[in-house]
Amino acid sequence: MQGLFTSFFKNVGRYAMLMSRVFVLPDRWRETVRRTFQEMSALGLNSLGIVVIISIFMGVIMIIQMKLNFSNPFLPPYTTGMATREMLLLEFSSTVMSLILAGKVGSNIASEIGTMRITEQIDAMEIMGVNSANYLIFPKITAMVTMMPLLCIVSMAMGFLGGYSVGWFSEIITTQEFELGLQFGFRPFYVFYGIIKCVVYGFLIASVSSYYGYYVHGGALDVGRSSTEAVVNSSVLILLADIVLTNFLLA
Amino acid sequence: MIELVDVHKSFDGNEVLKGVSAVLEEGKTNLIIGQSGSGKTVLMKSVIGLHRIDSGKILYDGRDLPSMRFKQVKSLRREMGMLFQGGALFDFMTVEQNVEFPLTMFSNLIKIERERRVRECLSRVNLKESCFRLHPSEISGGMQKRVAIARAIVLNPRYLFCDEPNSGLDPYSSLIIDRLIHEITEEYKMVTVINTHDMNSVMEIGDNIVFINKGTKEWQGSSQQLLDSGNALLDDFVFASDLFKKVKQAARLQQ
Ligand SMILES: Nc1ncnc2c1ncn2[C@@H]1O[C@H](COP(=O)(O)OP(=O)(O)OP(=O)(O)O)[C@@H](O)[C@H]1O
Ligand SMILES: [Mg+2]
Repeated sequence: MQGLFTSFFKNVGRYAMLMSRVFVLPDRWRETVRRTFQEMSALGLNSLGIVVIISIFMGVIMIIQMKLNFSNPFLPPYTTGMATREMLLLEFSSTVMSLILAGKVGSNIASEIGTMRITEQIDAMEIMGVNSANYLIFPKITAMVTMMPLLCIVSMAMGFLGGYSVGWFSEIITTQEFELGLQFGFRPFYVFYGIIKCVVYGFLIASVSSYYGYYVHGGALDVGRSSTEAVVNSSVLILLADIVLTNFLLA
Repeated sequence: MIELVDVHKSFDGNEVLKGVSAVLEEGKTNLIIGQSGSGKTVLMKSVIGLHRIDSGKILYDGRDLPSMRFKQVKSLRREMGMLFQGGALFDFMTVEQNVEFPLTMFSNLIKIERERRVRECLSRVNLKESCFRLHPSEISGGMQKRVAIARAIVLNPRYLFCDEPNSGLDPYSSLIIDRLIHEITEEYKMVTVINTHDMNSVMEIGDNIVFINKGTKEWQGSSQQLLDSGNALLDDFVFASDLFKKVKQAARLQQ
């Protein structure tokens, strides 16, 4: 138990130290901007497919489950659409989508940086006088922080599309009924709430995964282990951040 | 010239360097030799500043690296080039981009000038044009070493460090790499420090040899003096292989 405690504080300390090296003025702005665009494409655009697919399916499934399990003549007809909307906007398109991306993007970042560490590529940068933490990690964090809100909006839209498609292709719900639900008592702030959460989650995924990759030592096995740790720990942190942010923004 | 004065380094009470003093000369290939585990890599990493030493001085033409601030270390590093054991090429960049990287980060050259310098360096290490646009994983180990040399010299460093440049290469390729490093050293008047336990390269390019044993400097001299040093520990190391025993016997017979 005590060991767990000390290792927790050791990690937090090293993470803070790494971040203090990441957030300094870059050696070359042009290079940083170029790398940021590359990362936006590699980490953000490349995740578009999985976000679209999962969001559509979740929209479909939510409607079906809701209709099957909650249909009750005393409930107003807009209940299903409204509940689906709130779930998508409040939790699904931000938190659940981020958990999925923590798996995809987090392991990608940790194994990429970890491999660079064990093959001495990071040492090579340091010897040249390049701040490797800033050069490698800063563009990844910037890219995730900017792309995550976009992915969040896409996820919301695709979730609604999934809901509509149930109306188009089946008898479970009519599109009018779903649309009524979507509009009933709509609060635009919930969209912002989702976006704000995604900015924080994007920062967590990129920085925590970079941290686990950056401090790998050993061989290929250790890179694998660190990428698992990156995914587990950024997922836990996302859930903790969800509790904190919800208290701050909605309560 | 790099001067080491009484360098001590220990890890958690395990003293690895026990007071090493040596002079590494300019325009010459300075070899650090010694058995596995004797502390060669630790010595080199201490000289570069990747390890913080416990006490002693490391003077780069009079400038003491361990007492420098981070900013000063960073600017000194622009005068250093390093060839890592595995090459350490950036695998998300092509061969050309690897060599261009230090220029992009630290020079004010425009794109065309940078490209010219990259070509110059890559042809200096005898790399074929057809490899320029490939990624490091698509070329052989020997080629990777050459690209790494090109990257190390692209900013005209004053100090060049090589950690086991021959590991994983066949005798012929290692000879080519050794000669290349030697030529470049003389050409650009660099202080070159090479970490090796390959006796062939020791005899081939050993201008100034520092023999490390259990964390202390046991002997220093040139490759001509090596065979007749009279130092028992050095003899144990040098004549560990049968081939070199025969070389010595043949030399005796000739006399
Ligand atoms: N980071 C470290 N932490 C603790 N001990 C270390 C560290 N690096 C090296 N050592 C110890 O220092 C000693 C010398 O290691 P070093 O790597 O310098 O040997 P070497 O002469 O380079 O050997 P080789 O020829 O096999 O590369 C070894 O006993 C090693 O255990
Ligand atoms: Mg070594």
